[in-house]
Amino acid sequence: MNGTIQAPTIEYALLSPMLIVFGAAIIGVLIEAFAPRYLRKSIHMPLTLLALLGAFATTILGAANGLPTSASAMGAVAVDGPALFVWGIILILAFVSVLLINDDEQFVAQAAAVPGSSDEEEAVRSGYAQTEVYPLLLFAVGGMLLFSSANDLLAMFVGLEVMSLPLYLLCGLARRRRLLSQEASVKYFLLGAFSSAFFLYGMALVYGYTGTVSLRGIGDALGAGSGQETLLLIGTAMLGVGLLFKIGAAPFQAWKPDVYQGAPTAVTALMASTVLVAAFGAVLRVFWVALGGLEWNWQPVMWGIAILTMVVGAILAITQTDIKRMLAYSSVAHAGFLLTGVIATGAAAQNAKALSAILFYLAAYGFTTVGAFAVVTMVRDAGGEAGHLSRWAGLGKRSPFLAGVFAFFLLAFAGIPLTSGFFGKYAVFAAAVSGGAVPLVVVGVVSSAIAAFFYVRVIVLMFFNDPAADGPSIAVPTVGTSAVVALAAAATVVLGVFPQPVLDLADQAASALFIR
Amino acid sequence: MTTHYLVLSALLFAIGAVGVLIRRNAIVVFMCVELMLNACNLAFVTFARQHGNLDGQLIAFFVMVVAAAEVVVGLAIIVMIFRTRRSASVDDANLLKY
Repeated sequence: MNGTIQAPTIEYALLSPMLIVFGAAIIGVLIEAFAPRYLRKSIHMPLTLLALLGAFATTILGAANGLPTSASAMGAVAVDGPALFVWGIILILAFVSVLLINDDEQFVAQAAAVPGSSDEEEAVRSGYAQTEVYPLLLFAVGGMLLFSSANDLLAMFVGLEVMSLPLYLLCGLARRRRLLSQEASVKYFLLGAFSSAFFLYGMALVYGYTGTVSLRGIGDALGAGSGQETLLLIGTAMLGVGLLFKIGAAPFQAWKPDVYQGAPTAVTALMASTVLVAAFGAVLRVFWVALGGLEWNWQPVMWGIAILTMVVGAILAITQTDIKRMLAYSSVAHAGFLLTGVIATGAAAQNAKALSAILFYLAAYGFTTVGAFAVVTMVRDAGGEAGHLSRWAGLGKRSPFLAGVFAFFLLAFAGIPLTSGFFGKYAVFAAAVSGGAVPLVVVGVVSSAIAAFFYVRVIVLMFFNDPAADGPSIAVPTVGTSAVVALAAAATVVLGVFPQPVLDLADQAASALFIR
Repeated sequence: MTTHYLVLSALLFAIGAVGVLIRRNAIVVFMCVELMLNACNLAFVTFARQHGNLDGQLIAFFVMVVAAAEVVVGLAIIVMIFRTRRSASVDDANLLKY
């Protein structure tokens, strides 16, 4: 036994976006340990922004240098066209969300102090701030990058947990309404841990069937087709449960409204945009690369889930009275629209079309979401943000500009032409039609119409109702918040009026499909 | 003869899943989740033995580390809510609804 151990080859250049984000996160932890309290925030802010910018720049460089033809890091991570596009979206959206998070009004002074106690008063008086938010955010973003580009199930599971664990904590750090925030954190944590246990058992069963956890290996083993089919089918279902929980598809959507409502709105903006993007990256990889040969088995189930998700999201959104819960159900409906693209598989050209549509939709939806939640942070009354819809009545008369921007975001969610949402929906539905999923598209269009009803209802409420005498005030936005709203509005307009460059980019990223 | 271990792992997973659904104390719910993760580990190690490769055993180590990290985060959150409400029952946390 004198064989030499082969050192693994790791493509550091290709993986550098991830390495930069994780490195900065670790430096952030060290800052928490060593820097004096009054300096921490002023070090964290530039470090976080620079790390995200640096990661974005290296992502662009990676794309410019030509795509690799095989998976990196001994087959654990696939840095292919879709991965780079998804990374780009995640990093930009995270950057924008950090501008929103840089607002002391959002986060608790000291999370360990019991709400309403003298400890809490003391912490607020001393001007403490929970600056751990920044490294937590970087860890979550790093996890998203890994989750969306993992090429074996183990790396995907680790990415899933690295993404989720910091988010559970971030949800519990709201400055106002702390009971709601803590409750959101507990609910998200328990349900998230439950769903990832399902993912893990599914992974074990698939490993039992194929003897490998690499997505390519699983795909090849399906082609060979021998052994206990039952094992494989149950495993596929359980993997699906874990992944569909993360995107909030219909039987697993219950956490979304609670968590979105309870979490600090800046964190909601981050979660609502980036987690959906990362999770769709992972869903596509698992179901197309690994389980592509099992299409006939998972597609019917996915049809049902997509229909249920669109209908449940659109109908339950109507019954909501809280603006954040309404946006959460709208996000459920959007997950359903995106699932129609996941189902629309076929020949390579059809797959590329569906993939490019999904990538464009994710970019368009992410920006609009961040913008909408940024507006929500600005409408405040004595107890913090004014979440209840009745408080938004007549906002258009008090603050026409802000209400106008919000109305524009809502129209983009509804998919009105000249907004980014229109082209996103059009692309996904067109791909679904050419993939033979016409009934799905019919359901999609009908639920879009239902969804348009409640978006328009909010617009009517804002512009055609009289404002309440003690209505909420519009907080003077910080530079960061106004920058976020401006950026999101600009992206929504540009992607709606002049979408071609981004559509071309998505086409290019999708053309070679996933590397195996 | 690996079947017995697989049956045991399925049983443990089922006990954990049922526990998550019916128990009311957040700590116990969380312990049931951990039981599910350990059931996964048993399945991984068994399948590794069956296939004669080491992947499954390797994964078991990763799962243990992830589970440890999850305990850190989970207990922090549960302790936080217990100190606020003087109760760790998941039924008492019912403010978030439409």
